[in-house]
Amino acid sequence: MKSFKLDWLVLPLIGVAAVLVLWQISCASWAKDLPTPEKTWQVSKPYIVEPFAKRGEMDQGILRFTWYSLILVAKGYALALIIGTPIGFFLGLSKTFTKIFDPLIQVLRPVSPLAWLPLGLVLFTSAGKNASELGALFTIAICSMWPTVMNTAVGVRAIPQDYLNVAKVLKLSRTKTLFKVLIPATLPYMFTGFRLSLGIAWLVIVAAEMLTGQPGVGGFLWQEYNSLIYEHIILCIVTIGVVGFILDRLMSVVEKKFKTA
Amino acid sequence: MSYLELNDVSKDFGAASVLKDINLSVEKGEFVAIVGFSGAGKTTLISLIAGLLKPSGGTMKLNDLEITAPGPDRGIVFQNYSLLPWLSVFENILLAVDSVNPNWSADKKKAHVEKYIAMVNLTPARDKKPGELSGGMRQRVSVARALAMDPQILLLDEPLSALDALTRATLQDEISRIWSEDKKTVVLITNDPDEGIYLADRIIPLTAGPGATLGPSFKVEIPRPRDRKSINHDPHFKQLRREIVEFMLNSKQDRHTAITRKLILPDIEPEDLNIPRSMTGWRKTPIRKSELKEESVEVKP
Repeated sequence: MKSFKLDWLVLPLIGVAAVLVLWQISCASWAKDLPTPEKTWQVSKPYIVEPFAKRGEMDQGILRFTWYSLILVAKGYALALIIGTPIGFFLGLSKTFTKIFDPLIQVLRPVSPLAWLPLGLVLFTSAGKNASELGALFTIAICSMWPTVMNTAVGVRAIPQDYLNVAKVLKLSRTKTLFKVLIPATLPYMFTGFRLSLGIAWLVIVAAEMLTGQPGVGGFLWQEYNSLIYEHIILCIVTIGVVGFILDRLMSVVEKKFKTA
Repeated sequence: MSYLELNDVSKDFGAASVLKDINLSVEKGEFVAIVGFSGAGKTTLISLIAGLLKPSGGTMKLNDLEITAPGPDRGIVFQNYSLLPWLSVFENILLAVDSVNPNWSADKKKAHVEKYIAMVNLTPARDKKPGELSGGMRQRVSVARALAMDPQILLLDEPLSALDALTRATLQDEISRIWSEDKKTVVLITNDPDEGIYLADRIIPLTAGPGATLGPSFKVEIPRPRDRKSINHDPHFKQLRREIVEFMLNSKQDRHTAITRKLILPDIEPEDLNIPRSMTGWRKTPIRKSELKEESVEVKP
């Protein structure tokens, strides 16, 4: 198809329209409980036009919920990076370290957030009121850590021998080698890992909030399912998707900035 | 006692012997060129002197001290520049100066770095990243970095082989000029006998590998400064070049290796159009199986 003016806007709208039509047909035919697009919009409207309203613990504007979720994700994600990056460096630098921990990592990596969360709650039962938040943080951190770990390790292993030779010939100290050679050479890989980790952290948040009942997009979604307001489920799904998309775009901009090597 | 001294140095990688019986002595302030075929082990030799590789046997001494590890007393210019791409020209050189003279004041370091950037005529490109420079400019940065460390000996590992002929000539002149100002001890590794003769006081050919060793040294008695245009007609230059090339080719000739390799003669037969085709149009099974054979090939290096 030939490209025309405004095709970047018109073509995606065609896609959206197609999905809306399919949705409408589904409502009318086989999925009787599914709210129609129009009804969804009407019921969700108060949450969208007043995005920061607070009417009760579980009855708040959608952006306010998103904000809660984002804060939780930011904490868990920061934790994942702080723990994951050094582990990745050790894996990349030391063969012994790799031999000791790699099998463990390979086993822990595919475990679902839904499986980690109960363990997180058990770990922090002594924290009382904060148990569910700490459990959620634990889950986000441990699930989103792996791409950072793996990519950092690969990046360290992929450092060209030339750069290491330079460090050797110049007799750079260990700290200088780390900050002037190893880290800059690994940065592009690290940022790819960070970006993937952020995607996973945002995936996990919904599951974590659902199970712990924390206020946030995921918690709201689960609550509205239980109170049979299905329109809000769709609102939450769209919100989660849009936020995830924006986060990914932001990270890719940052990532590009560091692709120097 | 020579300045740089290699005694019976050898290097194996597993079962393969790369270098053997390497004896080399270089006087202080001498410019020595080692000429060899590609793949003969030239880079291995310079890595040994640099301390990046450990020899399998023999001893190496620089200024009466055993060479065991890399150090800033031996400045290296690598074939592929080896600049850190995230640092500017200035920062790349500063990193080297900083590690050699950590106690200097910031101003002194800065002035020192700038002096060497000026020496290789790169002052306008001072704050550029290596990625923005041409190959010749990058190699100049690499030379400046090695010189700025004020090493006792300068090791040049095919520094110009990745450059085009014109840039190479310019850089040869530049290396010659810098050397005449500095009078450092230099070991130049090259695959170009002309380059060696133009730059060096002495040329030592490296025979073809595996198990390469150094040949007799040829003294270059062309007075400096040497002129690129007239040198081509110098009878001494012509004779030297002929001798060196002859020696190197002779070292290659008595190496014949035979490789046995497996051959598969595929099942190909002309199609007989008289045979009526089946419904699918293709014969189902091959009439004759692919034939396996072995052949021995003499390889001349």
